[in-house]
Amino acid sequence: MSRSVSQLRDSRLASGSPASPRPPSPGRSRRNHGRYGYIFGAPFLLCFLLLFVLPLGYAAYLSLFRNQLVGGTVFAGLSNYVHAVTDGQLIAGAGRVALFFAMQVPLMLLLALLAALAIDSGVLRAARVFRLGIFIPYAIPGVVATLMWGYLYGPDFGPVAQLASKLHVAAPDFLGSTLMLPSIANIVTWEFTGYNMIVLYAALRAVPRELYEAAAVDGASAWRVAWHIKIPALRPALLLCLIFSVIGSFQLFTEPNLLQPISPTVISASYTPNLYAYSLAFISQEPDYAAAVSFLLGLVTLVVSYTVLLTARRRARR
Amino acid sequence: MRIRSNLLTVAMTLFLAYAIFPLFWLVISSTKTTSDLFSTFGLWFGHDFALLHNIRQTLTYGHGEYLRWLGNTLFYAVVSAVGAACLATFAGYGFAKYTFRGRGPLLGVVLGTIMVPVTALAIPTYLLFSKVSLVNTPWSVILPSLVSPFGFFLMWVYTRDAVSDSIMDAARIDGAGELTIFFRVSARSLAPGFVTVLLFTLVATWNNYFLPLIMLNNPRYYPITVGLSSWAAQAVGASGANSGLLALVVTGSLLSVIPLVVVFILLQRYWQSGLSAGAVKE
Repeated sequence: MSRSVSQLRDSRLASGSPASPRPPSPGRSRRNHGRYGYIFGAPFLLCFLLLFVLPLGYAAYLSLFRNQLVGGTVFAGLSNYVHAVTDGQLIAGAGRVALFFAMQVPLMLLLALLAALAIDSGVLRAARVFRLGIFIPYAIPGVVATLMWGYLYGPDFGPVAQLASKLHVAAPDFLGSTLMLPSIANIVTWEFTGYNMIVLYAALRAVPRELYEAAAVDGASAWRVAWHIKIPALRPALLLCLIFSVIGSFQLFTEPNLLQPISPTVISASYTPNLYAYSLAFISQEPDYAAAVSFLLGLVTLVVSYTVLLTARRRARR
Repeated sequence: MRIRSNLLTVAMTLFLAYAIFPLFWLVISSTKTTSDLFSTFGLWFGHDFALLHNIRQTLTYGHGEYLRWLGNTLFYAVVSAVGAACLATFAGYGFAKYTFRGRGPLLGVVLGTIMVPVTALAIPTYLLFSKVSLVNTPWSVILPSLVSPFGFFLMWVYTRDAVSDSIMDAARIDGAGELTIFFRVSARSLAPGFVTVLLFTLVATWNNYFLPLIMLNNPRYYPITVGLSSWAAQAVGASGANSGLLALVVTGSLLSVIPLVVVFILLQRYWQSGLSAGAVKE
């Protein structure tokens, strides 16, 4: 009933019948329907409040307390955070993740960029097959990817180890302490290069074709077109890939968590900050401290991502 | 011209081989018995062709827990994806097509959280859910997956381009209410964006590991990712009785991957459109 009344009123407003003296402009009529913005937005905003804002608020609250053997839970101010920034295990984990980022992300983005340019170049045969095939690893769950690569790396039935023993040479110890981080970097590169390639390729498809025609008239080579037209056009997309990679690197969990049973001596409980937060919450049972570490981790990721974004924007404007 | 094309094709073939060979290994290995896994070369078939045996074992081991896990994953992924895509589409549409008080600040807050890593949110959500006794239920996995700020962003951007104001105004002049306009007029234009968000959330939930790992400790509720990793952990420490589990981890991995790969190949154009919306309109 009420809906039909409001429909009637809305339609009268929109059609400029006697209730509204002058015919409304589109902008005005949209403003009159403004409350529908709330109606359409409400379910999402409610869930956002309950499942995004509230957990973070609750964790922020918990992180201000400490559970003591004597006296139970007491207010501890920011002492959990002070503890966190001086916690050697957390700092070592963060350093490892930073090293991982510096090693893996440039390589992955370079590979993705080259592959996207190759597929877009028009001189590659069966480009569709490459586009799809290289993207396929993105469909594989991180768990399955890590299990596969874990077995491929392994000394028991990994093909590399098998070949090495056939040739009577020592196989590289992919899961030892020196090569573990590069091994994880390879798994992540395998999983996400195709995804980044598709992002970049999609951005390349959006470049106006007239630019290429103009370049062809000027006699520019394919390399010059790539360097002077395509790569500058890819800046926003590359930035997006970079930011997603920052977020992904800080979250590193699945790969080390699943390789832990195979290499327990190499991957400690604090190998990455996320692994550390997990073990604090579920193994050493320090939920208050775990909340502080998660919170800090989210905050650092956010700050780094926005710094990357703003720096790139400022440089682009200059 | 021809030479360059050949050179590029060779280089890209190497790259393709890198992307495909672990999957090739997985297919080969799932045809082997556990003893063949150890004794025969990894990248070619073993003595026995045990694929059907392995599949039967995988599906029946532990009173068919594999099938239960697969069913759980399907259920979580479909409910989360449909829910998240609907919420994101409604909200993206509301924010793109209506002017209302507080729109700018609300938009800023939601878009600002796109970069909050989901794992940093997972432990706080766990702590809250354990307070209200939601942990160790299917809801503990589904509810957090319903909120996708990135999906909201995609739909907000998509709606601005895909739905024209003049058509909405024309419908208003014809006497249509706003909800009628949404379902009868706008929904059709929004469908490709909706499918894209649906696919993204579907894959994210299907592949999710951290959230179900911390939320669930009853194997009845495990999704396939957590189930497989529990098998893998048992297989590592296996001596004697459990050593056959290794072949099941491999075969189970292969079976769990097939549905997603098929979905990917069939719906590839939606990936591209969604990714370009996110990348180009930064």
